[in-house]
Amino acid sequence: MHELTSTRANHLIDPSLHVWEWQIPVYLFLGGLVAGMMVISGYFLLTGRHKRTRCACFMLPSLSLILLSLGMFALFLDLEHKLYFWRLYTTFEILSPMSWGSWILLLVYPAILANLLLRLPAPLEVAFPRLQRVSDRLVEYPMFVKWVGGVNMVLGSLLGVYTGILISTLAARPLWNSALLGPIFLLSGMSAAAAFVHMIAREVEERELLAKADNGFLMAELIFIALFVGGLATSTQVHQQAAGLLLGGPYTAVFWVFVVGLGIVFPLVIQLLAVNHKIQHTPVAPILVMLGGLLLRFVIVSAGQVSHWIGN
Amino acid sequence: MARFGMVIDTTKCVACMDCVVACKTENEVPEGLCRDWIVQEVKGALPKLQMEIRSERCNHCDNPPCVDCCPTGASHVESLGKTVQVTGDLCIGCKACLASCPYDARYIHPEGYADKCTFCMHRVVEGLEPACVAVCPTHCMYFGDLDDPNSQVSRLIRSRKGHTLLPEAGTKPRIHFLT
Repeated sequence: MHELTSTRANHLIDPSLHVWEWQIPVYLFLGGLVAGMMVISGYFLLTGRHKRTRCACFMLPSLSLILLSLGMFALFLDLEHKLYFWRLYTTFEILSPMSWGSWILLLVYPAILANLLLRLPAPLEVAFPRLQRVSDRLVEYPMFVKWVGGVNMVLGSLLGVYTGILISTLAARPLWNSALLGPIFLLSGMSAAAAFVHMIAREVEERELLAKADNGFLMAELIFIALFVGGLATSTQVHQQAAGLLLGGPYTAVFWVFVVGLGIVFPLVIQLLAVNHKIQHTPVAPILVMLGGLLLRFVIVSAGQVSHWIGN
Repeated sequence: MARFGMVIDTTKCVACMDCVVACKTENEVPEGLCRDWIVQEVKGALPKLQMEIRSERCNHCDNPPCVDCCPTGASHVESLGKTVQVTGDLCIGCKACLASCPYDARYIHPEGYADKCTFCMHRVVEGLEPACVAVCPTHCMYFGDLDDPNSQVSRLIRSRKGHTLLPEAGTKPRIHFLT
């Protein structure tokens, strides 16, 4: 036998760590979604698609601002010392991914606003005619448009990777202790964003393009998830135990059926049929992709907190 | 510069919880929470059972992940004694430090900031021992400078068999348990 009896019963810590609830997965999902939307809209600007009047890229900056702010609000709700959140911006801690993330987020907002300025939403056009004139001048400079596109792509990628790195550096939780979480969360964010833009795109050709891109992201995500689980399962004992949570443990069904099956494989099959014109594009696959992405964060955040070192 | 650490003789500890009560009293630890606690580890099979009783707390690691992950610098290594401390007014309560500690030694204070064992530095600067060490009725706990080869803690670590907790986690904990 090997039995540990502890007198400790601290809130949020015992019997197993449960410091992060729904707020963090929601924040990570919305952060990833906005990251993907920044990359997609940046790509559209770089490739000149914004010249098309019905381009979905014009809707993305305002939606990104709303979704990112919702995510930040979820993060704010999670903080235990809320009125001190501004302390994040009184220092830069080079070893802390959360410090990197908070500064990246500070850069993300102006990048999205610059993108928004290139084509103001109709209500803003009416309310701020001067701003509209500035917007009209700015789009006359192709280099500025490309620069905004490039910056949005770079910052979007950083934001997407950050959402995974944030938890992967917490080595005390073996399930999270994989560098692959960064690319997995980035790909999942890209895929959710492609699905989201697919749903709101007004041009069929744009939908086709996004569905094809989404298929690529979903396939890459599947490969990275396989590497992630395989890497844990073939590592040290604590990592094998962490992998066991997804391979026979309590998170197995929800992970493989809902995240991988219904969130990646099934929509991938639907979208492969759609892009090959066997069936029509419907919102079913994009909705499943987004729900799968959200559930992926819930499973990883929750299972990671359950995983721990032997003897502790 | 001192590097404070602790040595706990598990063969003398009787799990009386005096250290826990002393810590809660000295540091006004809120009800329902604790900075130190008792763990009883039983290994083996009858009739050959082996029991180790440990008084555990923050290990004030040499390589503290809680300090690395802190986004505001609230968790930091104090120059005096190189102990790991938390400045409550800098803490935003993000709980990354709680998740980063393999020993689960931290908790959230009801006022919202991360809290944990301080090695009673407010007593140490006055020339006193940490409260838990001072009250131990079996004198199983020792506190001192691990960098001083002549300190009692250094001599005990050299002369007795012992271990630290989860050395494989790579945090280089500074609490040594004699066996």
